[in-house]
Amino acid sequence: MSEWETVIGLEVHAELATETKMFSGAPNKFGSEPNTNVDPVSLGLPGSLPVLNEKAVELAIRLGIALNCDIRPSVFSRKNYFYPDMPKDYQVSQYDEPINIDGFLELPDGTRIGIERAHLEEDTGKSTHVGGDGRITGAQYSLVDYNRAGVPLLEIVSRPDLRSAADARAYVAELRAILVAAEVSDGKMEEGSLRVDANVSVRRSPDDPFGTRCEIKNLNSLRSLGRAIEYEANRQIDLLEAGESVRQETRHWDENDGRTHTMRVKEEADDYRYFPEPDLVPLDPDREWIEQIRAAMPVLPAERRTRLAAAAGVELPHDGVTLVVERGQDEQALAAVNAGGDPARVLVHIEQNLAGDGGADLAPGRLAALVALETGGTLTPTQAKEVLAEMLTSDAAPEEIAAAKGFEAMDTGDLTALVDGIIDGHPDEWAQLAEAHAADDQKKLKKLSGFFTGQVMRQSQGKANGKLVADRIQERLQT
Amino acid sequence: MARLARLELADDELDMFTGQLAAVLDHAADVEALDLGDVPPTSHPYPLKNVLRPDVVSATVDTAEVLGAAPKVEDGRFRVPAIVGEAP
Repeated sequence: MSEWETVIGLEVHAELATETKMFSGAPNKFGSEPNTNVDPVSLGLPGSLPVLNEKAVELAIRLGIALNCDIRPSVFSRKNYFYPDMPKDYQVSQYDEPINIDGFLELPDGTRIGIERAHLEEDTGKSTHVGGDGRITGAQYSLVDYNRAGVPLLEIVSRPDLRSAADARAYVAELRAILVAAEVSDGKMEEGSLRVDANVSVRRSPDDPFGTRCEIKNLNSLRSLGRAIEYEANRQIDLLEAGESVRQETRHWDENDGRTHTMRVKEEADDYRYFPEPDLVPLDPDREWIEQIRAAMPVLPAERRTRLAAAAGVELPHDGVTLVVERGQDEQALAAVNAGGDPARVLVHIEQNLAGDGGADLAPGRLAALVALETGGTLTPTQAKEVLAEMLTSDAAPEEIAAAKGFEAMDTGDLTALVDGIIDGHPDEWAQLAEAHAADDQKKLKKLSGFFTGQVMRQSQGKANGKLVADRIQERLQT
Repeated sequence: MARLARLELADDELDMFTGQLAAVLDHAADVEALDLGDVPPTSHPYPLKNVLRPDVVSATVDTAEVLGAAPKVEDGRFRVPAIVGEAP
């Protein structure tokens, strides 16, 4: 059997963080009562005229800058179709002249994914299908809420540069982080602020032309995205290996049965009879405005990772760094390092022990103080973790919490005596350790040192500092 | 066409508009006959660009009034007949 390559391109729709809709002053708000955030423009009433929201343009430019795009003059078009989610029977979208083209996004592992375009368009209303199984097929009738109609969107279209479900997930996670960091969108997939369609095809070799693709819709989480791509790639491979062919179509991901299902055979752009929207004039942001927006851009995730990795003394890509930046706790980490906390330990605590509720609110100075107790030998890592958990609900200093828990460092003299006693009590193991040391057998050395450390920990009830134990063992080996 | 647009027209009005529409179609045919291969498409007739409004909330319309104008309503939403096929 030959090795197949999966080729993926993603279309991401991001709702913009504006106060009002794209072409009118109706509120852009999630979770309101149906049909309350509507005005004549969002309802497509005769005689109503659209006027473009300046903030939506600014956010589009911000994303264009963040994705290294060419920001250019653009024109709005009407995309015509007969479907009740748009009362005008068309959706206003940028078609042949989009605002942002030819950019790229860099995944945390350094892979560059091309961005074909990121254009402005308005969202549609929300339909609820009644009767049947709640899907459109078999429904008796539908109910429409126009609160979402006219909400500003950016449609971000990647080039078919992704090669695995994992890459696709990493791309959406990174894009979401950029959208949130640049305050372009709240990025909430669960509220539909971020919606992903995946174009998937397969081919036998990277040298072959692209295969016939299918577009998958209804991907409401990173998990569905990954599962749907894997299912769809396997479906296409099975068809091709059975000598059949893939039909170009739009498919619907069903989270419950874990499959994609034919939704409709793909429309061509001609079907939508695009033409320039006569009620809107061209958009041509001047250079000065773009430069002002550029100067006010916040630090983006890629740079934040580089900064944190440098401070923590680790190499990129680094899962801990990626995670801490994704959670927006990198400033906390940097401040704790600046306050004197050992960088590696600060990173570990934020990554592993401050992920939950209230973790991000811990004052960096207090984290630094805790880490100092740990690196100074007063607390073992396990004890530090326990003290840290308590610090989230208590204002007491880490020293006080440690003392209240009875976590006090063993006296160095007592520790040395304890280690020596254990060594003397296990002459056979010690002889093997010395032998491994002489032969530089790292594996055996590690295993036997672990044995002695474990004994010390047990007898000291976890109070011994692991580093001091290791130091004493080394000392004894040298003599 | 009047039926498609939900317009009630009397017979004499139908005659009048049929004539006017025919004139529009004739004009379109005249334009179509020209060789415009070298002329760039015009997206807008006015020498205007960047007409923008500030991102400030303005008045919405009364929900009851809007729903009142619809043929069918359910749960504060517009009720429409079964839709065949999916949204684009």
